[in-house]
Amino acid sequence: MSTTNGKGTTRDLQPVSQRGRWWCRWGEETFSAYAYLLPSLVIFVAFTFFPAIYSMVVSLFRWNMPLKSVFVGFENYGYLFSDPIESRVFWKSFFNTFYFSLGVPINLFVSLLIAMLLNRKMPGVGIFRTTFFLPAITSMAAASVVWLWLFHPAQYGLFNSILIQLGLPLQRWLRDPVLAMPCLILMGVWAGMGYNIIIFLAGLQSIPHTYYEAAKIDGAGALALFRHITWPLLSPTLFYILTVGMINSLKAFTEIDVMTQGGPLNATTTMAYYLYQNAFQFFQMGKASAVAVLLFIMLFLMTWIQFRYIDRRVYYE
Amino acid sequence: MNRSQMMDTQQSRKVRSIWIRVQKMLLDLLWYIVVIALALAVILPFIWMIVTSLKGQDEVFAYPPTWIPAQPQWQNYLEVWKEAPFAHYFLNSTIVALAVTAGQLASCILAAFAFARMNFKGKNAMFLVFLSTTMISSQVTLVPSYLIMRTLNWIDHYPALIVPFLANAFGVFMIRQSFRSIPRELEEAAKLDGCGRFRFLVQILLPLCTPILASQALFAFMGTWNSYLWPLIVTNRDEMRTLQIGLRYFVSGEGGTQWGIFMAAAVLVSIPVILVYFLVQRTFVESMASTGLKDI
Repeated sequence: MSTTNGKGTTRDLQPVSQRGRWWCRWGEETFSAYAYLLPSLVIFVAFTFFPAIYSMVVSLFRWNMPLKSVFVGFENYGYLFSDPIESRVFWKSFFNTFYFSLGVPINLFVSLLIAMLLNRKMPGVGIFRTTFFLPAITSMAAASVVWLWLFHPAQYGLFNSILIQLGLPLQRWLRDPVLAMPCLILMGVWAGMGYNIIIFLAGLQSIPHTYYEAAKIDGAGALALFRHITWPLLSPTLFYILTVGMINSLKAFTEIDVMTQGGPLNATTTMAYYLYQNAFQFFQMGKASAVAVLLFIMLFLMTWIQFRYIDRRVYYE
Repeated sequence: MNRSQMMDTQQSRKVRSIWIRVQKMLLDLLWYIVVIALALAVILPFIWMIVTSLKGQDEVFAYPPTWIPAQPQWQNYLEVWKEAPFAHYFLNSTIVALAVTAGQLASCILAAFAFARMNFKGKNAMFLVFLSTTMISSQVTLVPSYLIMRTLNWIDHYPALIVPFLANAFGVFMIRQSFRSIPRELEEAAKLDGCGRFRFLVQILLPLCTPILASQALFAFMGTWNSYLWPLIVTNRDEMRTLQIGLRYFVSGEGGTQWGIFMAAAVLVSIPVILVYFLVQRTFVESMASTGLKDI
């Protein structure tokens, strides 16, 4: 039980009677360190770890508040997966979750394009960078409210008034089961773009200029520059944005709640929203927890798959 | 080479350089056109929000929509405060955001100090524990957390909005990073002069790390101010709602939505964070790029 970090001398000075005890072997520094960690640890245990485990436990109970909970094993899961009525909504929400996450690659593409545009030393470029960043710092609730107004189904909704001017028929946008999800995706791209652009810009600026100059001397065109220098050197950033974007998309809630409440006809009910509905509108805590556990597994799998799959193509310096 | 030939090549060089300059100018012009068009598309919702917020109900429903309000209805911004307990929402959001910011910063500083500056048993394990909290998303713990709040009788009380957010692993990592960049000799010197560990942290380390602390404070403030889902489920009474939740209840007032007032409310909700952002833009963007975090 010897420590090798030079603490030996101080320990030798301690009274012999205490030397063998564990609290002495741990030393004052360890105690102090844990004292410093304590506030964070208490919060994490109470509001992260305990709930995470509790969530798994609750998912094994039938618990329709305010009734008492009954242990039912995996009934909630079976109910979600194969009940003739309920499973339809669940699988729909499962599908919608992935549908909604289509916004992530779109966002990635658009942000990368804009970031490359903004990666130039031009007068006023700072103003543009700020402009593109603005949606990222606006609260999602406020942004959703504005988009709700933009997508207003009457003729005075801005998007509809544009359609009229183009001679196209009015659309019901968020109230149209087919269009609702694309509308949410569009809004999501708008809201998430600024943040991605900042990260891409940081990534682009970290690529040494000499690489480009050398390639230009060798006669490489703009496309070749992108394909052989920008893309591979940016791959860690791309990977990072993809992962974070995917996770955020799985967690999306605010825009759905403000703009569509999961409607019309569950067209925008994602798993996160389905969880919320079950827990706080139908008060079926067991079922909601089962959804939460599934969502957790998905988040975990997603990260893992991305790591495994993209890892091979990612260029690390 | 005679004189006229030399003039010729000189001239052609001149022409070519002018041509290149023109080309560059055209390219720059094109760049500006594209970027301005994109930027306009991105701020269009903001412009529309502000324009609508200055319209009366008649003009809101006018077709075709107007881009400049005929008579700016500044009183919309006053109406907001009468329409709903908006002042209450504002106060709640401010109290909660400030409390979370202060508390989270304190707990992060303490933990970061332990990780950066102390050797202790189980350090790596503890680090993993902190790291793993970032994998458990708030959605997954939503139901149990709500049940805990109910058991504690915190529903509709400030602690429910504040206490669960008083720790943040990302904050710990960021601050730890900047603590580690301060040379160890400084600590030794302070120790020799009889400065205790905590005093060293407060009087020497913290002043040296203000930029990162400021940006962490901003993150905490912004995250809390903008948070939606959690306040939605732990508040029921009108007086306890935060701004973001209050905004939601503007949608369906009796007699149809008052879009002008509604948009004025949205402007008011967005302003504090945008203001804060402009005040400390540099540090903010830099640390955002390095943490990669915008959590809810």
